[in-house]
Amino acid sequence: MSPPLLAVRGVKTFYGNIMALKGVDLDVCEGEIVTLIGANGAGKSTLMMTIFGNPRAGEGSVVFDGRDITQMPSHEIARLRIAQSPEGRRIFPRMTVLENLQMGATVADPSHFEDDLRRVCALFPLLDRRMQQRGGTLSGGEQQMLAIARALMSRPRLLLLDEPSLGLAPMLSQQIFRAIRELNTRDGLTVFLVEQNAFHALKLAHRGYVIVNGEITLSGSGRELLERPEVRAAYLEGGRREAAGGA
Amino acid sequence: MEYFVQQLIIGVTLGSIYGLIAIGYTMVYGIIGMINFAHGDVFMVGGFIALTAFLALLAIGVTSIPLALFLVLLIAMALTALYGWAVERIAYRPLRHSYRLAPLISAIGMSIILQNFVQIAQGARVKPLPPIITGGHRVMSSEGYDVDISNIQIIVVLTTLVLMLGFSWLVAKTRLGRDMRACEQDLKMASLLGVNIDRTISLTFVIGAALASVAGIMYLLYYGVIDFYIGFVAGVKAFTAAVLGGIGSLPGAMLGGLLIGLIETFWSAYFSIEYKDVAAFSILIVVLIFLPTGILGRPEVEKV
Repeated sequence: MSPPLLAVRGVKTFYGNIMALKGVDLDVCEGEIVTLIGANGAGKSTLMMTIFGNPRAGEGSVVFDGRDITQMPSHEIARLRIAQSPEGRRIFPRMTVLENLQMGATVADPSHFEDDLRRVCALFPLLDRRMQQRGGTLSGGEQQMLAIARALMSRPRLLLLDEPSLGLAPMLSQQIFRAIRELNTRDGLTVFLVEQNAFHALKLAHRGYVIVNGEITLSGSGRELLERPEVRAAYLEGGRREAAGGA
Repeated sequence: MEYFVQQLIIGVTLGSIYGLIAIGYTMVYGIIGMINFAHGDVFMVGGFIALTAFLALLAIGVTSIPLALFLVLLIAMALTALYGWAVERIAYRPLRHSYRLAPLISAIGMSIILQNFVQIAQGARVKPLPPIITGGHRVMSSEGYDVDISNIQIIVVLTTLVLMLGFSWLVAKTRLGRDMRACEQDLKMASLLGVNIDRTISLTFVIGAALASVAGIMYLLYYGVIDFYIGFVAGVKAFTAAVLGGIGSLPGAMLGGLLIGLIETFWSAYFSIEYKDVAAFSILIVVLIFLPTGILGRPEVEKV
């Protein structure tokens, strides 16, 4: 088997004295959709940001395409064509949609720009009509689409998506999951997806990991994890009861 | 009426100089959220570099005034930009992830260092520059009162206008300007997209310092004298202008500069020259009571 595109090995990340990630091991292979599920505060977004070197891993290593990127500054990591749609979307609020997409193409070859613009507009037709509107005036769903579209503008080899369905109406989040699947099957895009919506994420993903309190507790194929009783109990139908009981 | 027009000319000239300096304050505030208190002194250094360059050019026999002006502009902008870059590199970048107050204190320290450095290197006395640009035009005249506009006033206002238009274009239309705005709106996200934020911040300081150096040249040409302390007074005024216009806003800095220049001039002309600074700062206070974010500043609205 060829080495994974992204290999996270024994990563520990600290916020001051608090260890947010306690030695995480995780692989993402080329062409896969891999999901990381876990509760609020389990360390999902911290892992996303650690891959991008902000904050840097205190221990362990992050290797992308055979290159150790643990100590690299974020903008150089972006140049290796890792793109992120981060927690909270982080649209530039006082830039137009077009300018947001131009920012997404920062590390891309300028000659691809028109092509890539057409591609993301075909994927999210709503954005096409909003091109000259300021990012801050978009609705939550539109902002989410823009965040993903912006990440796609760099022609990423690895796309990191942090809770793309958060705060969206079910129909919109399904539209976004459909888009992710399409990008994966049609273009072979490798996706690392962080989700609280475990059911949809596991159905979509080839493989999944479960993170609890900064540690990976389970891993397996999406289907396997969906059938694991502890996953069902904690993140699927029993989740609410369990949480209410103080688990 | 004639008196009024004359004061207007003086006020716009002064306001242009303040506006050029204010841009540096507002840009740095926008991008890293700190007040660069050394910026006024960078303006002063720009003036001294210009003075030295003028005298050096005269000494080696460059007598063509336009050529000398052009060369001085290039030399002063380049060297002052270097100062701006060094100030950020030495005094602010190492403190970027420190407490919010740390770079502010470091900025005040930088300001004192620059002032003392120039005081020791150039002496504390006022340095004169022989008048280089002379002459003017009579705009109107009646009842024994003449309204004049000097060539130097025309040059100051035109240069400022060209630079402000050029700079606004740079921010709105170029790749660098877009990167600067992205950094201003979300530094972390900009870095995730591949923007080298250290480089962008450095360039912001470099451009701000270059604009301040032009203001320094204009000040030198306009007043004909310069000393190590002008940076403090002009810096405080330009900072006030930036706050009045709305700190973080580029058009605000230009408008604020113009307003401070006009207020100061008209107050001196119609009321009392001793209280011109009191007038300028009082108006700042009044404006901030009713418009806390300045005239063109935007309120901080967080969209969740």
